[in-house]
Amino acid sequence: MKRASGGDARRTRRGSRILVRAVLKTPLHAVIVVICFLWLLPSLGLFVSSLRPRHLIQQSGWWTAFETPFQFTLDNYSHVIESSNMGRSFINSLLIAVPATVFPTVIAVFTAYAFSRLKFFGRDAVFLVIVGLLVVPIQMTLIPVLRVFNQLRLTGTFLGVWLAHAAYGLPFAIYLLRNFIDELPVEMFESAQMDGASHFRIIVSLVIPTSVPALASLAIFQFMWVWNDLLVALIYLGGTPDVAPMTVTISHLVSSQGSGWEYLTAAAFISMLLPMIVFFSLQKYFIRGIVAGSVKG
Amino acid sequence: MATVELKNLCKVFDGGVKAVNEVNITINDKEFVVLVGPSGCGKTTTLRMIAGLEEITDGELYIDGTLMNDIPPKDRDIAMVFQNYALYPHMTVYENMSFGLRIRKYPKEEIKTRVHEAAQILDIEELLERRPKALSGGQRQRVAVGRAIVRKPKVFLFDEPLSNLDAKLRVQMRTELSSLHTRLQATMIYVTHDQVEAMTMGDKIVVLRDGLIQQIGSPLELYNNPKNRFVAGFIGSPPMNIITSMVKEEGGKIIADEGDFQIVLSGSMGDKLKSYVGKNVLLGIRPEDLVYMASPEKANNIKTSIEVIEPLGAEIHLWVSTKTHHFIVRVPPRWDFTVGDEANFKPDLNKIQFFDVGTEEAIL
Repeated sequence: MKRASGGDARRTRRGSRILVRAVLKTPLHAVIVVICFLWLLPSLGLFVSSLRPRHLIQQSGWWTAFETPFQFTLDNYSHVIESSNMGRSFINSLLIAVPATVFPTVIAVFTAYAFSRLKFFGRDAVFLVIVGLLVVPIQMTLIPVLRVFNQLRLTGTFLGVWLAHAAYGLPFAIYLLRNFIDELPVEMFESAQMDGASHFRIIVSLVIPTSVPALASLAIFQFMWVWNDLLVALIYLGGTPDVAPMTVTISHLVSSQGSGWEYLTAAAFISMLLPMIVFFSLQKYFIRGIVAGSVKG
Repeated sequence: MATVELKNLCKVFDGGVKAVNEVNITINDKEFVVLVGPSGCGKTTTLRMIAGLEEITDGELYIDGTLMNDIPPKDRDIAMVFQNYALYPHMTVYENMSFGLRIRKYPKEEIKTRVHEAAQILDIEELLERRPKALSGGQRQRVAVGRAIVRKPKVFLFDEPLSNLDAKLRVQMRTELSSLHTRLQATMIYVTHDQVEAMTMGDKIVVLRDGLIQQIGSPLELYNNPKNRFVAGFIGSPPMNIITSMVKEEGGKIIADEGDFQIVLSGSMGDKLKSYVGKNVLLGIRPEDLVYMASPEKANNIKTSIEVIEPLGAEIHLWVSTKTHHFIVRVPPRWDFTVGDEANFKPDLNKIQFFDVGTEEAIL
């Protein structure tokens, strides 16, 4: 009997501890929920508007869409995809973003390894210069690079924009990866060296597999940056529909259909879709990768 | 298998720190050599120079008679086991062990045979499909050793491989490594700061301090005839008792006067100290060479009072003191001792060592 009542008391105490903890954490949770809600509100408004017919958008705010009778339509999406060159732009965006993510990531792995593991004259000075490049505003480079591209006939080509994005992304990529590789145990590399592995083999067999979190977060950063970029694409590719990515096409929509909100919102939502999928599918690496340099995961 | 020869090996790091200074060691074929010393003595740097992971500043390194100074690690045919295992975290045990062979493009069948052979020797066959994170410390260290064995290298290098293991496992792995050496009949160079490991495993021990070799010899040579005060104090646990003593000549006999007791030295021992009459020397005596006497002796008696008693089961360590000196004594567990009691000891005169106060070298 005694033992049973003791168990009850313990259960009650545990229950009350959980309750106290829940009550104490409620304000924090409430604040987080409010911030998340405020943060998501514009995207939600964008999404709801993209599903509303033109006349309703012009008459009332998006929040009235939840009043009965519900009136939603996919017409805006079909119009945008069919008549605004959005399908082609989506492909173009992919054609730009994928190589412009892969190139700098691959180059950065090799460069970062060299900065981290090889000893050569001026290593730290060169690395400092590369880190220094992080603070150079992109606008400063546009005219000189464009002049070079014109001479090399790279303007208006995907190759040109890949090179530009790779170059703009590399300083950060090298910086992030070098810090990550620095944190990997030195003995692992030495052991591979004694096993007979060349530097190339060490990078392929050891560095890349063990740096997946850093590489994934880097790839997400770079992909999002390239996907959302308007400036670089506009300058180096121009507005030709054949090569224009989604950002350029949407910006044209704004000027040609300044009042066509329903199409703009649909187009904007399409452009958000892929980064969202990429982010959610790789988010666990993203979180780990951000803290990669400071605390090894 | 192979011989390894270090000739006047030096290592100077950036900033002028001389980590290894004119080290000369000859390691014979199939020999198990232990480099031992306190941290910062240059033992790991020496090992890393043999491995090729550290550039040799000066001197020559020969493996099987071939100069190795400028040969990269992968071409030296050496395998190394690291203190923190250095396993590849994303590979299974099998992949870890076969990595070196795969790089050297061995046929698949041979790789399989060698890995299974090594796994059998180390009793890790059932772990071959596991990743390192699913292994205990001891198992990881076995895998690291296995990775070295499969390569069948000329020389095995071990860099404090047991220091990350708990005490019990360390003792077990120690014996396993010793029997592995017997089984493989390979040349092995082993670095440790633990003199017990050095004594129990090595055919030959090299004691290093501040980058300089203090003494090279078999475990018992080092224990019984240390060349200087450092080796005397470093080898042996509990350490040798070393006290300052004044050499005197009284009635034709040489006496070592420690203040509150005197030791009369006869025969050759006395002759050795004749030139030190009137000077101080360091007297060294091992804890087991102070013999407990139930009643005080007339000559050479050391009267002490017991301060701490450490019963270890098979033996008892007594921390005792005279008025001016402290000693640690190792006695059989035959007597009952109480803290504060008087205890009398007699030194075994054949085992006493003397060292010069200035040079700290043994007086031979």
